[in-house]
Amino acid sequence: MSILESLELALKNIVSSKTRTLLTMLGIIIGVAAVIIIVGLGNGLEGYVTDSFSDLGTDTLTVSVMSRGATRTIDVEDMYGIVEENSQYLDLCSPTAGMMASVKIGSDTTSTSVSGVSEDYLAIKNYTISKGRNLQYSDILQRSRVCVVGAYVDQAYYGGSAVGQTLRVGGTSLTIVGVIEQQSESLEEGGADDCLFLPYSTASRLSGQISSFVVTVRSEDTLNESKTALENALYSFFESDDFYTVTSMAQMLETMTSMINILVCVLAGIAAISLVVGGIGIMNIMLVSVTERTREIGIRKSLGAKERYIMQLFVIEAAATSALGGVIGILLGYILSSAASVVITRAMETTLTVAPTLGAVLLAFGISVGIGVLFGYLPAKKAAKLNPIDALRYD
Amino acid sequence: MRALIEFQQVCKYYHMGDSTVTAADHISFQISKGEFVAIVGSSGSGKSTCMNIIGCLDVPSEGTYLLDGRDVGEMNKNKLAEIRNELLGFIFQQYNLLPKLNLLENVEVPLMYAGVGKAERRRRAMESLERVGLEDKWKHRPNQLSGGQQQRASIARALVGRPAVILADEPTGALDSRTGREVLALLQDLHAAGNTVVLITHDNSIAVQAQRIIRLEDGRVVYDGPSDAPEAVVIPRAARAKGGAAL
Repeated sequence: MSILESLELALKNIVSSKTRTLLTMLGIIIGVAAVIIIVGLGNGLEGYVTDSFSDLGTDTLTVSVMSRGATRTIDVEDMYGIVEENSQYLDLCSPTAGMMASVKIGSDTTSTSVSGVSEDYLAIKNYTISKGRNLQYSDILQRSRVCVVGAYVDQAYYGGSAVGQTLRVGGTSLTIVGVIEQQSESLEEGGADDCLFLPYSTASRLSGQISSFVVTVRSEDTLNESKTALENALYSFFESDDFYTVTSMAQMLETMTSMINILVCVLAGIAAISLVVGGIGIMNIMLVSVTERTREIGIRKSLGAKERYIMQLFVIEAAATSALGGVIGILLGYILSSAASVVITRAMETTLTVAPTLGAVLLAFGISVGIGVLFGYLPAKKAAKLNPIDALRYD
Repeated sequence: MRALIEFQQVCKYYHMGDSTVTAADHISFQISKGEFVAIVGSSGSGKSTCMNIIGCLDVPSEGTYLLDGRDVGEMNKNKLAEIRNELLGFIFQQYNLLPKLNLLENVEVPLMYAGVGKAERRRRAMESLERVGLEDKWKHRPNQLSGGQQQRASIARALVGRPAVILADEPTGALDSRTGREVLALLQDLHAAGNTVVLITHDNSIAVQAQRIIRLEDGRVVYDGPSDAPEAVVIPRAARAKGGAAL
């Protein structure tokens, strides 16, 4: 008797007792669906984080310097010098001066974020100018009272014609010379497009402190070497590593991703417990089924079934039940994943998609078949070992 | 001519707690190819033990059982399964058809274990069903048929592997007398066609349908001879005397 014929018999048996099979499979269905959803959620989260971080630029290094209370600090010229010296690794550089100042447009006070930057900043961040012009080196030198604004400011306060208008930052009047192309999908207050950039030299006159520098690397492949070079240069400048920290977006991304992965593994592990419980359920039912089918086993044995055929019959039935549960679980997992994507997108206004991977699906299916074989083995062994005389007499 | 079934001093002991029950006590007989033999005895006479050993469902505790010249006592479980599949066709009192399969599939089961291919299996199973007159009912499940029809189907299943011995254990036990007679007639037909038939029964009136009777009592052979001899159906004096003494 071939495996295929055993499978056919097993499927016949499964079909003939649908309710019982469904109840038997329930544990596996829930387990597989849970694993798929959790892994999918993890993937979605990872994708979301990756996207957010790559918007910030994975080819950039950020040097944070202690601006207050430090005995040593680095000025912009020195920083440019360091970048110049390491030009085989480092490319563009811009200081960023964070400002607490509020922005007044007409009589409105806005929550727009204000930063003092160099003319290279927009290039570093991959921002493009949609109207007007970028900040220029001459603006930096002359401490010009100019600024570029995000698309939100342009649309919300000027109806799309911000260039040439003026606004006030901390009491100083600035002329808008350019508008940055829209970054996020929708314009909203406090979002990525609600921003204003002015020359860092102007900013420092308006009480802005240079708190960090963004530096781009020549190649993402040599990110780590570039980081080391920058750190070495800073160390020899400060003669201590207490006054600065260098972080790379790629490293932060890596850290975040591995944290998400650990979280997903732990959650999937918990969900996998339900697979084991499901397997025990299958074993239970198979044991009952062996008892119920004792007479059938006796008949088959009297007709010449060897022990291994009886084994095969029950192991394959357990595996088929489990695999069928796996398939239903996969479908359920997909359906719930799509539903979760919609719900999360609606509720949180983000674009997080719950996307199960093919690998997770195949793994879940493989595990469910494996569980069937594993937990079907004991009942099958019991069936195969039955004495045909006793089995034939069994009522 | 070599005997098809040969019992040489076969004993079977069962252990029940501390006591040992002797179910077969040095039984010896030979059955040749083409015979129609009834093994008769009341409950506890050892006929079921005999039938289990003949059917290779059990092995002797002592003595030798040769089936077609092969020593069954020496065989492992898998070999016994093979022998059952190849050489024996069982007919049971309770028909023992598989309830979830239709008649054709039921009849196919022995061929499946013999490794016969699907098309060949179908053809031979259908042939076998024709022989018992159930070819138009092949799609039916056992529970859709009468007892007599089920028993005929089980005869078809016993025949399909072309076994050397057809072993019928109380084949009429669950049937009314009319259908019982039909089944017996079918067994006689099989015998007439050259098959070896061994019938196990407690009922003398059925046993006399066979050519030869082996009567068992308390695990011993008390009569072995033609079924038309008067001693075949009367309880032998020796046994009666013994029974009387026991009283």
